[in-house]
Amino acid sequence: MQIEGEVRIPSGCAISGIMNKKGKAVPGEYIIRSISLMHERSNGLGGGFAAYGIYPEYRDYYALHLFFDSIASKKDTEHFINRHFDVSDAGKIPTRKVPSIKNAPLIWRYFVKPKAARLDQSELDEEEYVVQCVMSVNKKIKGAYVFSSGKNMGTFKGVGYPEDIGDFYRLDEYRGYIWTAHGRFPTNTPGWWGGAHPFSLLDCSIVHNGELSSYQTNRRYLEELGYSCTLQTDTEVITYLLDLLLRKHRLPLDIACSIIAPPFFKDIERMGSNESALYKTLRIIYGKGLMNGPFSIIAAWNNGIMALNDRIKLRSLVAATKDDMLFIASEEAAIRTVCPQPEHIWAPRGSEPVIGRLETGETGFGTVDVKEDKAC
Amino acid sequence: MLSFLQPEFLIQRDKDRCNSCGLCVKQCSFEVHQHDKVKGTVLSDETKCICCHRCVTMCPTRALSVRKNTLAFRRNSNWTVKAVREIYKQAETGGILLSGMGNPEDYPIYWDRIVINASQVTNPPIDPLREPMELKTFLGRKPERVDIDANGNLQVKLPPQLELEAPILFSAMSFGSISFNACKALAMAAAQLGIYYNAGEGGLHKDLYNYSRNTIAQVASGRFGINIEYLNACSAVEIKMGQGAKPGIGGHLPGEKVNEEISKTRMIPVGSDALSPAPHHDIYSIEDLKQLIYLLRETTGYAKPIAVKVAAVNNISSIASGIVRAGADIIVIDGFRGGTGAAPTRIRDNVGIPIEMAVASVDTRLKNEGIRSQVSIIASGSMRNSADIIKAIALGADAVYIATGALIALGCHVCQKCYTGKCSWGIATQNPDLVKRLNPDIGSKRLINLITAWINEIKEFLGGMGINSIDSLRGNRDMLRGIGLNQKELDILGIKTAGE
Amino acid sequence: MIIVDSRNLNFREINEQIKLAAQKSKYINLINVNGQRYIGTGLSSSVNITIEGLPGNDLAAFLNGPRITVNGNGQDAIANTMNAGEVIIHGMAGDTAGYAMRGGSVYISGNAGYRVGIHMKEYKSSIPAIIIGNKAGDFLGEYMAGGIVAVLGLNLGKGDSIVGNYCGTGMHGGVIYVRGHVGNHQLGAEVVRKEMKENDYKKLEPLLRKFCSYFKNDYKDIVKGPFTKLVSVNKRPYGSLYAY
Repeated sequence: MQIEGEVRIPSGCAISGIMNKKGKAVPGEYIIRSISLMHERSNGLGGGFAAYGIYPEYRDYYALHLFFDSIASKKDTEHFINRHFDVSDAGKIPTRKVPSIKNAPLIWRYFVKPKAARLDQSELDEEEYVVQCVMSVNKKIKGAYVFSSGKNMGTFKGVGYPEDIGDFYRLDEYRGYIWTAHGRFPTNTPGWWGGAHPFSLLDCSIVHNGELSSYQTNRRYLEELGYSCTLQTDTEVITYLLDLLLRKHRLPLDIACSIIAPPFFKDIERMGSNESALYKTLRIIYGKGLMNGPFSIIAAWNNGIMALNDRIKLRSLVAATKDDMLFIASEEAAIRTVCPQPEHIWAPRGSEPVIGRLETGETGFGTVDVKEDKAC
Repeated sequence: MLSFLQPEFLIQRDKDRCNSCGLCVKQCSFEVHQHDKVKGTVLSDETKCICCHRCVTMCPTRALSVRKNTLAFRRNSNWTVKAVREIYKQAETGGILLSGMGNPEDYPIYWDRIVINASQVTNPPIDPLREPMELKTFLGRKPERVDIDANGNLQVKLPPQLELEAPILFSAMSFGSISFNACKALAMAAAQLGIYYNAGEGGLHKDLYNYSRNTIAQVASGRFGINIEYLNACSAVEIKMGQGAKPGIGGHLPGEKVNEEISKTRMIPVGSDALSPAPHHDIYSIEDLKQLIYLLRETTGYAKPIAVKVAAVNNISSIASGIVRAGADIIVIDGFRGGTGAAPTRIRDNVGIPIEMAVASVDTRLKNEGIRSQVSIIASGSMRNSADIIKAIALGADAVYIATGALIALGCHVCQKCYTGKCSWGIATQNPDLVKRLNPDIGSKRLINLITAWINEIKEFLGGMGINSIDSLRGNRDMLRGIGLNQKELDILGIKTAGE
Repeated sequence: MIIVDSRNLNFREINEQIKLAAQKSKYINLINVNGQRYIGTGLSSSVNITIEGLPGNDLAAFLNGPRITVNGNGQDAIANTMNAGEVIIHGMAGDTAGYAMRGGSVYISGNAGYRVGIHMKEYKSSIPAIIIGNKAGDFLGEYMAGGIVAVLGLNLGKGDSIVGNYCGTGMHGGVIYVRGHVGNHQLGAEVVRKEMKENDYKKLEPLLRKFCSYFKNDYKDIVKGPFTKLVSVNKRPYGSLYAY
């Protein structure tokens, strides 16, 4: 059977995100409870989480999470990693036995820094160097797959219902200031852990609900610019598009959002001349970045979180705040289960981003207050 | 504006035979024939003729015939007469071209490039006239296994099933798109044959509740005529996501067809347009389909199989897999030659894929994923005869839907003008004078004759293959061989080439 | 009054409990509801159900008589294909509330999401109604073929628009009343503004009175309006789209 990357597998889903804007730590059990409330929206063929602020002791190291099909692929990969990086620590990602989770690959993590000499030699900036290495492993080493590569963050994912995946990875033992989660409803069996979501690159992770009808247009655009889309998933394309707009083109987040879900020309015509010129230009230049069809996404980085709906709002999305907390989910009930009485709760309009910025420090690692253990 | 459109057909009236009785004037719902009061003869305005043969069939002296107007255009393989005429029509009206019935264009018909096997020497053919031959078919979700307890009692609760005497159902045609008498003929025939007919989107006329045990209720995006009474009266519920003739396009019953009876059944005011949106507005994603499936289960007390009908499109195998995983019991796949009462011509003739490819690839995909046996597949989209049905089942279908074939049995001449509401055969019309031309008793008799004949032919085929149960034909692609197909086509159909 | 604690119940169990309880009492109180779908699906009795918490999608689908009161928000597809009865939401409603609704009424004290009242239709005396206390999202009354939608704008913030874009797009029956201003750019191509007539106030009065009694608003204040009345240009919006 073909796996993800060899065939395009449309999926529906549930998504949820939790953030503490002050950088305080939230235990993993909250996000598990939130995503599992939407059990009906996934079908047991994919679940996953992204967590930020979980590796404060290694905050200056890239945390590479890897799946290996075999000892041989692990050996090849470690050889590659040792050539390109200084490894501070490495080990198996702790898991526990969960009856419904089967056929797990070998799952390891490595805390690394680029080797200074090689980085110099490459003439790349540090992040681009890491990206190239990640792409290299994923493309060239058979049976190895880097599924997380950011600093002080990690994604955890696999084939199963999200609550079981959370249990499997012992996420109840982690604390983070941003959590996102995904329950997947693919239209066939990928049977491959790498195909589960979130998809992440450096510290950017994406969870997504819907199916892009512009997928091939978006993909060709990104491939033209040097990205290689190996998974054939919408989430991969969204991640690269955000990487292009934010990291490479250095655009502000709200502008990136209005490229992905731009205003209609009918509305552009009604704007003032400067604004109208801006949006018209964005559309002319980034027309192939417009994501069409139903989607709701939650993107997260070390310094914040963003949620966005398609232009005509074909997927549901609800946001809420209480004190320092920001919650976003496909269904309001998934918020209420961890925060019964939010201060504000609203349904964002189509193409209206919900943005949560970390309010402590520019690095976004925040001050972790371990005594705080209530989501709200 | 001067019309550039010359008549498509010419009426030939044999002056010696015509006695000017005027029956053709009465019979032609398109008002082609007119009395010439001065001369006492009958004249014909051929621009209105749509070639339905009503006048030809009814003329007591056989004085009439219809011929193609062979008016010459200069030969052009690119700008064909059809292409030129369509541009004239759009330039004169500014309208989207409409058509009725299925895609008539010259695409390959794979049925006609597949041949069927028979037993010779190594195993015996069976004589179906004297030996048992089973066509009984169950449609619905099948559990993976049976548990028997120590006392020999069955420990598995079988999910609801539709039980059919033959693997043939009448496909969805709403009261509105077709007449009450046509609906009634289908209902009566289905009841007598022990099969099912689908009421289409538009509810169930109260006089047809007698046949509701043989009725499948359809829930489409307009939700016309849908309430709990209707859903619970029928034997199964079909969610219509799409239709082969117009994938991705909604429906549109023009207000002038919404008369008193349709109004009651659809529960909308007389004269109001009945627009069916392109999507279900509670389904924008696969997990939403699951939500609607379970809503309908909850509504009908988990007592009826839920079918999901989709048009055959590029990703049909992934879509079908998603539908199984969303909980459907039956998947209906409608190929691009499937019929319709009205569709934009360009969509009908250009969107979608052949049912032969679709059913084969879905069956293969579901099998590879280990979920094929859980679900039933109904193939539809132009089953013209019993051989098409045999081939569809051998490619992987559990049963087939027929619609155009059934309408032809009722008198349809495939003139493709269903959307005008003037059907002279009383089928696709709501005009009471036209509707009464179709006698439901005679109509049902014709349908029963047709299906009985097909059943007998199917048994002949099965017997020839040495098979005495339709179960043994399902997915039995060894019984098929391709002729004149390329390797890729053969691979997708999962069949060998003749001689191999 | 029968109380059903729904904390650990799934939707099937809740609906079974409702059916059992309805045989014994006209008043049922569901407590600790959070996200369970299909509550009250297809119920035909004249029971009163009060929900404490947040019911999931498809609340009151195919509802055929009962009154359901939610002390809190509702999610998507409330009153999907509803036939008769009342749904009262003390809070906000999600997208596509009242999809294909054919009768009964829905009262929402706060905001409503996208595509509310989509494809509502009326038949003879059965005229569905949705009253929204504050504002509604885009595509309000899309494809609307009958019934009444009213948006009251009782709690608009600064810069808030009472309805979104494409209001009444594809509308070919029924009427939308907006208590406030609707810009031309917000209207679908198939709707026009009409002047409020006495008959309109007559239609609105019973609905607004009920709204006020449920949510403790002042009827006199609300009925002052001013209302923008939106109706379809004609019953056949796409009559000339096709070449016959």
